[in-house]
Amino acid sequence: MKIHEYQAKEILSAHGVPVPRGKVADTAEKAREIADELGGLVVVKAQIHAGGRGKGGGVRLARSPEEAQEVADSILGMQLVTHQTGPEGQTVKRVLVEEGLKIQREYYLGIAIDRDAGKVVFMASREGGVEIERVAAETPELILKEALEPGLGLTPFQARKLAFGLDLPAKLAPAAVKFMLSLYRAFEATDASLAEINPLLLTEDGDLYALDAKINFDDNALYRHRGIRELRDTDEEDPLEVAAGEHGLNYIKLDGNVGCMVNGAGLAMATMDIIKLAGGSPANFLDVGGGATAEQVRNAFGIILSDSNVKAVLINIFGGIMRCDIVARGVVDAAKSMQLEVPIVVRLEGTNLEQGQEILKASALSLTVASGMQDAAEKVVRLASRSRA
Amino acid sequence: MSILVDQDTRLVVQGITGREGTFHTLQCIAYGTRVVGGVTPGKGGSVHEGIPVFNSMDQACRETGGNASAIFVPPAVAADAVMEAVDSGVDVVVCITEGIPTLDMIRVRQFMAGKKSRLIGPNCPGIISPGKCKIGIMPGAIHREGTVGVISRSGTLTYEAVQQLSSRGIGQSTCIGIGGDPIIGTNFVDALRLFKDDPGTEAIVLIGEIGGTAEESAARYVQAHLSKPVVGFIAGQTAPPGRRMGHAGAIISGGQGTAEEKIRLMEECGLQVARSPADIGETTARILSP
Repeated sequence: MKIHEYQAKEILSAHGVPVPRGKVADTAEKAREIADELGGLVVVKAQIHAGGRGKGGGVRLARSPEEAQEVADSILGMQLVTHQTGPEGQTVKRVLVEEGLKIQREYYLGIAIDRDAGKVVFMASREGGVEIERVAAETPELILKEALEPGLGLTPFQARKLAFGLDLPAKLAPAAVKFMLSLYRAFEATDASLAEINPLLLTEDGDLYALDAKINFDDNALYRHRGIRELRDTDEEDPLEVAAGEHGLNYIKLDGNVGCMVNGAGLAMATMDIIKLAGGSPANFLDVGGGATAEQVRNAFGIILSDSNVKAVLINIFGGIMRCDIVARGVVDAAKSMQLEVPIVVRLEGTNLEQGQEILKASALSLTVASGMQDAAEKVVRLASRSRA
Repeated sequence: MSILVDQDTRLVVQGITGREGTFHTLQCIAYGTRVVGGVTPGKGGSVHEGIPVFNSMDQACRETGGNASAIFVPPAVAADAVMEAVDSGVDVVVCITEGIPTLDMIRVRQFMAGKKSRLIGPNCPGIISPGKCKIGIMPGAIHREGTVGVISRSGTLTYEAVQQLSSRGIGQSTCIGIGGDPIIGTNFVDALRLFKDDPGTEAIVLIGEIGGTAEESAARYVQAHLSKPVVGFIAGQTAPPGRRMGHAGAIISGGQGTAEEKIRLMEECGLQVARSPADIGETTARILSP
């Protein structure tokens, strides 16, 4: 799960990480009041989940409360387009108004999971304020890494190693160590999957601040963090994906015209792939889960067909232990109750396959029965391109 | 021959009295797996579906000679169940549970260091040596005894691949679902090493997906250490970056973990890559009879 910058900063601040003074506003008037309170130069930052906000015009300076109001007025409600939002952009509903700080240098700090080592890894770099992926690709030696022992977490000596590795002025090392230890505490306490401070700011006055902050959380651990669950902002997510999640369906919208309904994530990805190989383009990823009951199939149809780009649907269910006749009945019941207007191709596999196919054929619905993934993909792509014509 | 589980495997099921635990225990027994006991804390001393139930893994293994465990407990308590199984000294722990927090699994990995148990999963379909032993939720009937080892990160896609093999008369020595989570007990390289040393395995099918670098490590291991032919497939060639495709591990981030890169390296390392999921069986048939 992702959260906004201002929420991440509240969490960090509660764990002792220094962040610039600031508050969030949802109106330009409120932004002016905050700027007035802060005094002096302020930064007005659009709050959307996507990165790259500065380049898209979502981060601007203001020299007075009045200017802060003007700037906030132009940012609030705008469709902010960044390299992470897609071409349609994301509506800005809140801005963070922060004190402006004088930059001496920018660094990078990050905490992530190293899958291969099975450990949490703490990263630091002198190359702050730029895309860290680019630093990793071009000058990997400029990213310092410390693997953390489970149970111990970040130890003070590791933090010192990183701090001195950054070539910070020696007198700043204690503050940097404290900063890093606090950041790690926030990461662990919240079951985060990623925490990034980019940039970590060294001001002209010689203080360290988290100028920007990003925290992602482990969805599997949200059950034990009620406060974090409540930070979820569904406005930042695709409404269809939110609706799907409420039905226990795993759905991701794509831009093709062949809807997919599959059980299992791996098979769902493979189904998208084979549609592409057959010359079509998948409209979505959808994992109905192991059950594939009539109700789940109905819910899945509802989600897939509310995407108006969908011209045909492929149902690919590998029954496994579940019997095909039961899956087939589920599909037929769901299809009958919904007045489907797009052609449907069904591919079933598993026990009682013949009975399952019989049920589909006898249903008097215009379902196309396929055998095997290749056949299914070819049939659905043909139907999708025909109905477009 | 086979790896990790066979006719001598004596299985204890953790969470045997739950709905999933009960259903799949019966399915495993029907396949021929020797289920010798179950564990549900507080229900020790009872008998469930003809299987004796114990309060702890330690007790269950001492009294039944159990040497493997299958875990069907809820995610909040699954990490503890894995550690309990490892502590009891069983050879193989198969964790089916989906949704275990990542930091819990990191602690489990640490706990396991230096201990003899091998963990498969979590969030996996399990392991099967056709004709001998099935520990997991996969449909037994699609498998067939033979000499091809199968390693996969997913569930139903593995069934798809196995079915393509079996329908061409190609049997399997052992099929392992290693799981779709970021932190797992047995990775591709671990499984490849086991198949390399198994005289009953002639060829290997490796089914990966986008995200992480496990497939890259596997490809390099194949090139450096394996003389047996390996067929590869990567799911998610059409997946967009930054989106988690169902599995917590299946996400392209920071330019890493793309299908294209994985396929390129697999081919470079001498794997036979099936581009289409429908060609996994055919590609395997081709390398077995050149």
